[in-house]
Amino acid sequence: MATTSPTPPPDASEHQLTLFPIVCDDDVVQFRHQVRAAAVAAGLRLIDQTKLVTAASELARNALEHGGGGLGEISTPRTAGRTGVRLIVEDDGPGIPDVALALTDGASRAGGMGMGLPGARRLVDAFELWSEVGVGTCVTVEKWAR
Amino acid sequence: MERIPILKLGKSLFVTVQVDIDDRLATTLQDDLMQRIVDTGAKGVLIDISSMELVDSFMGRMLAGIASMSRILDAEVVVVGMAPVVAITLVELGLSLPGVRMALNVERGMAILDQALTPLRVGGEPDDGDDLPYAPT
Repeated sequence: MATTSPTPPPDASEHQLTLFPIVCDDDVVQFRHQVRAAAVAAGLRLIDQTKLVTAASELARNALEHGGGGLGEISTPRTAGRTGVRLIVEDDGPGIPDVALALTDGASRAGGMGMGLPGARRLVDAFELWSEVGVGTCVTVEKWAR
Repeated sequence: MERIPILKLGKSLFVTVQVDIDDRLATTLQDDLMQRIVDTGAKGVLIDISSMELVDSFMGRMLAGIASMSRILDAEVVVVGMAPVVAITLVELGLSLPGVRMALNVERGMAILDQALTPLRVGGEPDDGDDLPYAPT
């Protein structure tokens, strides 16, 4: 899709979108494999592949354990000649009452809330968390080839 | 049900985590390993993770858990072979695995266990035969 806009939003670029249900332990493993394949295809270095796949594993497990299962989306956006991988992991679980707290290191260790969220955030280039109590949680992360 | 094999080598147990393990398999390994330590009286456990492409927070906690539980059961755990990219990612994730003895490869891990399993003499040094039994005062 061509665009004349000088700074096209990432969504406007050409990319494939793949959806994965995350409803059991094995789905988390499969999601990791698919994220790895997308990261390799996007030209991410091994260290960045590993960081992204690890973040994906944290997010998928959160969706499974705290959200009661969810959906993972993998896309490979292209902006200004750069390629990346974008993951969206969403669930329609109970939601996170205190997002700031959930993103604080050590808060998750007290149990309950999003395990590994602050860690996953550090492993990626872009991180966005949306959550509403009683509605669900949606996390978007991006990792770009350097 | 899928299980990770646990081998017995002398006084130690040896585990190679070769697959991309899911959480249930990791938990099963933890349970199986504790049972084998009790059944065999093993004093050392070597866990080779050189084939693991990632260690996330769950697997990290699992390794730390295995190390603490084994210690309580009087067995020393050494985790060997972590890939450099996995180590970098793990620390950035926020896990430094305190309390888990690490070694670069199986050979060094074995050496650590051998040393730990050799009964220590008084003073912690090998007896070179020239020590006086008691120094008269």
